[in-house]
Amino acid sequence: MRLGVLCSGGKDSLFACYRAMQEEEVACLVTLVPKNPESYLFHTPNLHMVPLQAKAAGLPLVSEMTTGIEEKEVDDLSRALAIAAERHGIEGVVTGALMSVYQSTRIQRVCHDLDLWCFNPLWYRDPGTYMERLIASGFRVIVSGVFSAPFDASWLGRELDRDALSLLMQYARDFRITLTGEGGEYETLVLDAPFFHRRIVIEESEPWYRNYRGVLDVKRARLEER
Amino acid sequence: MILLVDPAFRAGSLSMDEFVLPVGRIVERSERTWRYRHYADIGREIPEETEGVIICGTALKDNSFLSAVDRFDWLKATEIPVLGICAGMQVLCLAFGGTVGEGSEIGMTEVHVILPHPLLPPPPSFQAYELHSHSCEPPPAWETLAVSSACVQAIRDPHHPRYGVMFHPEVRNDCVVEAFLEMCVG
Repeated sequence: MRLGVLCSGGKDSLFACYRAMQEEEVACLVTLVPKNPESYLFHTPNLHMVPLQAKAAGLPLVSEMTTGIEEKEVDDLSRALAIAAERHGIEGVVTGALMSVYQSTRIQRVCHDLDLWCFNPLWYRDPGTYMERLIASGFRVIVSGVFSAPFDASWLGRELDRDALSLLMQYARDFRITLTGEGGEYETLVLDAPFFHRRIVIEESEPWYRNYRGVLDVKRARLEER
Repeated sequence: MILLVDPAFRAGSLSMDEFVLPVGRIVERSERTWRYRHYADIGREIPEETEGVIICGTALKDNSFLSAVDRFDWLKATEIPVLGICAGMQVLCLAFGGTVGEGSEIGMTEVHVILPHPLLPPPPSFQAYELHSHSCEPPPAWETLAVSSACVQAIRDPHHPRYGVMFHPEVRNDCVVEAFLEMCVG
């Protein structure tokens, strides 16, 4: 089955892509880019990195603009998926949804209307097991945004390795953040994945941090042989 | 051991991750073991050490099991407790003389308890996650335990420990799976 993967540049969408590749044929990545960059920097700091990730993975990318207005987003998503179906012959969609009933309901409805399959391979997975597997599978992931206590500025650009994971586990216990960041406590950026042909190297980035909120704005990045 | 039956279009597909593994996680949390079996690989009998069977759901577009219900004939020969979730409830319906027709719900939905049962949250109603394109008319003599505005949501066989729920209890209603596990010996 030819599938399109909804990709935000973070660990969940790209891990879902990795799992989908084990079972089906991933034909493209699909991403929605908000028109107003001011409004999205704090929600999806990596979106501008998705084209580089697609290149690293050797996958075509369908990138569509979205108004960022909540009610319109569903139409924008529908348009993007219809284009992916037309251009790349996808029969289904893969998402990295972990527990968000709100998000998954919206995507399921859009897929239903377009007569597309919808797969959520990370749905209700045990967070600890998932994070362990992510690291063990050879993903290289950095924290690209923090939006909650107790994250300090040192987290921006920090690699999600075993040390970082044990600290996150402590935070999840003591500060009630979700271990996976699905509650929006932190965002990630994937620099390397087992299915990448080349890896991403950040050449220039600018951290911005104030009062438990911050982003790593990647200004310049390139691909390098693995 | 709880047998988790996958009615999806193929064994070990992406549907397994989404509809079987989350149920397995609840089984593990209840300190029980589970085994995965695709419906096409079951044959005439289920493993001897099975203490309960849960037939899991499938992707919204995956209804291939509806034309292979004879593969579930082993259901008729077992007295082991069975819980059918979504696709699983449709299988139970067809295997025991009910019918399945069009009827879709997607997302959180109000489910009204019309016949209180330990399997379900208490009356009058609860919120449940729906993901189905077909709905059920229960087999004759089976009891309807709960309904939504669209269709029947929970049924049971009054003479055998067989239950069906149309909603997905693995999402925000773990208690339903836990209550079912309580009914399984072991």
